[in-house]
Amino acid sequence: MSYYNEMYEGSRVREPYARLSQWVETMPADFRQMKQAEAEALFRRIGITFAVYGEGGDPDRLIPFDMMPRVFEQAEWRRLERGIKQRARALNAFLRDVYGRAEIVRAGRIPARLVYQNEAYEKAVVGVVPPRGVYSHIIGIDLVRTAKDQFYVLEDNCRTPSGVSYMLENREIMMRMFPGLFRGNRIEPVDQYPDLLRRTLESVAPAKCQDRPTCVILTPGHFNSAYYEHSFLANLMGVELVEGADLFVDGEFVFMRTTQGPKRVDVIYRRIDDPFLDPLCFRPDSMLGVPGLMDVYRSGGVSICSAPGAGVADDKAIYTFVPEMVRFYLGEEPLLQNVQTWTLWKDDDYRYVMENLPDLVVKEVHGSGGYGMLVGPKSTREEIEAFRAKIEANPGNYIAQPTLALSTCPTFVAEGLAPRHVDLRPYCLCGDRIELVPGGLTRVALREGSLVVNSSQGGGVKDTWVLSE
Amino acid sequence: MKLRVFHQTAYRYDRPVRNLVQSLRLTPSAFEGQRTHDWAIDVSGGARGPGFRDGAGDWIEGWTVRGPTEEVVVTISGRIETRDTAGVLRGHRELIHPLAYLRDTAATRADAGLRDLAALATDAADPLDLAHRLSATVSDAIAYAPGRTAFHTTAAEALEQGEGVCQDHAHALIAVARLRDLPARYVSGYLHSTAEGEAHEAAHAWAELHVQGLGWVGFDPANRCCPDERYVRLGSGLDASDAAPIRGIAAGQGIETLDVAVNVEEVERFQNQSQSQTQS
Repeated sequence: MSYYNEMYEGSRVREPYARLSQWVETMPADFRQMKQAEAEALFRRIGITFAVYGEGGDPDRLIPFDMMPRVFEQAEWRRLERGIKQRARALNAFLRDVYGRAEIVRAGRIPARLVYQNEAYEKAVVGVVPPRGVYSHIIGIDLVRTAKDQFYVLEDNCRTPSGVSYMLENREIMMRMFPGLFRGNRIEPVDQYPDLLRRTLESVAPAKCQDRPTCVILTPGHFNSAYYEHSFLANLMGVELVEGADLFVDGEFVFMRTTQGPKRVDVIYRRIDDPFLDPLCFRPDSMLGVPGLMDVYRSGGVSICSAPGAGVADDKAIYTFVPEMVRFYLGEEPLLQNVQTWTLWKDDDYRYVMENLPDLVVKEVHGSGGYGMLVGPKSTREEIEAFRAKIEANPGNYIAQPTLALSTCPTFVAEGLAPRHVDLRPYCLCGDRIELVPGGLTRVALREGSLVVNSSQGGGVKDTWVLSE
Repeated sequence: MKLRVFHQTAYRYDRPVRNLVQSLRLTPSAFEGQRTHDWAIDVSGGARGPGFRDGAGDWIEGWTVRGPTEEVVVTISGRIETRDTAGVLRGHRELIHPLAYLRDTAATRADAGLRDLAALATDAADPLDLAHRLSATVSDAIAYAPGRTAFHTTAAEALEQGEGVCQDHAHALIAVARLRDLPARYVSGYLHSTAEGEAHEAAHAWAELHVQGLGWVGFDPANRCCPDERYVRLGSGLDASDAAPIRGIAAGQGIETLDVAVNVEEVERFQNQSQSQTQS
């Protein structure tokens, strides 16, 4: 398989990377090692760490940071941006629809059972229309590239996509360590993200809110793997970081306990999952949520971002219908392509996948984080057969995709620069407007040849540049 | 039938509690079989919070009690006129697609016993017939025996035991119906016991199965019948916990004890002694 190298075309350096190439060539090896150590020390000092579920070991492990930036030229980014915004509009239209009249189901464009029997479909919010009709306010769309102009959407994250703190920190650290690089290159800023996020949250305050909306971030607590990000964003946005116990329902509203007495809360950016939001509506044993929150939400007293039930749009089975959503709701052709996907509960698909396992990537429908997946071409015969048994036991739990030739980006390894596979997660904000900062989080598979970029599977991160005109 | 309902639940705590929050599904459904004359909900020491009709058509009302308090009493009193619709929930406004009621919960999850039970209903002429057969099968498999099961007993456990109360009958019927691809849900409400009827508590529960062409149809396997004018329907859910008339939680260490009194009696006519109340 040949891979698109984002920096080199043969031995020629592509235009956007010209200055970076000089930078690398003139960098002495010991200087690079010193800087890498400095970067690590900075990350550690700031406290940006990522605990990995189910792996044990050091819960405060750093995600490896690679100093070699990934670069997009303006025109490339503009194309991506249009595609991402289009997709975000379609996903929210879909959510509005399936919790309302469900025209797309009535029209037979998506199977009813796929929607209504979906675990993420919340019947408790049927008929509830959140402010501005937005259900998913922060959409993380995972993209991979296979050629100069060929991008594919790997998955959508409509609930609470994490990682944006890395996007911000990667830039911050690069600017601190290599200020010269930022003088010589015209790079679009990303540090307006917290302001945009706050503006987005404020724009979806409930109608009952009269003053400037009070927003909070609701975290499950410090034991959560993304706690750092929750506190980081709260800090940058200038809003309170709260846990369930800090909030309470009184009458028709939600309040936050403060040293000055109770303060009404209008918008909750929650980083806890639906089942834990409110023991009076969902799991009765949840200690993380706020009792009565859902009644206040459903009667329009508070906004919850993302809206409960938004997860039904980012399920891996629903994913296959997103291009159809774009056509159905927007009357447009999708600008971003889906990866061809076989759903194993269909007989034909099942047969094809089982016959071609060594060539395919197989994922769990509800899995995430790179767990429980098979990368056929990178697996041994034993691994493939073990996975085959798992599929046979529960075909409905799996989807399969072709193994994509993920693009590579030069990455610092012991011997110098070497190509490593990358993906990209931009963060699209949806409120009264739809916007995104130029860039996103680039994840890189640090192991040579590996196609799995998830941090839980040994992935690292890079600063992502979008060059100005 | 003209029914007067009085329902009082007293929560007592051995130590004071604060910030009690409740979500109440205690208002009769609006459909052809029920016409509410007047209906009042009161929570002692509480403030009425949000009230709204949810996607299932249930009127939900939130209440909060700041406390500290050692006792909270929830009182329902109202009058309602009922009519026999042969179990069919006709004229009920709801938005949730029936297929959303094919999903399992812990209380209704199938095991081998329930699968065997579901397979017993054979030779059904149509979905309605199948629903009747499933309900009869559940009545046969679980004998009415109060005190042998608890709130957390699952359908599988009740079937294994062969005994239970209306909640267990409803869970078991929901489980077997879903196994046969009939959407099914749990309904909570009240039952007026006539002299010839079996003695049941006036707080009651049954199941509704979605039958193509008819819509939602109630089945009460505990009484081997479909709900008629003796029944008052309050609301529904995927299981007992989801459809609970009262869901509440309080802050504090107090240990809760519960005292429930329910009385549903038939009256000759409604005297206009209390104010009529309508709800949107």
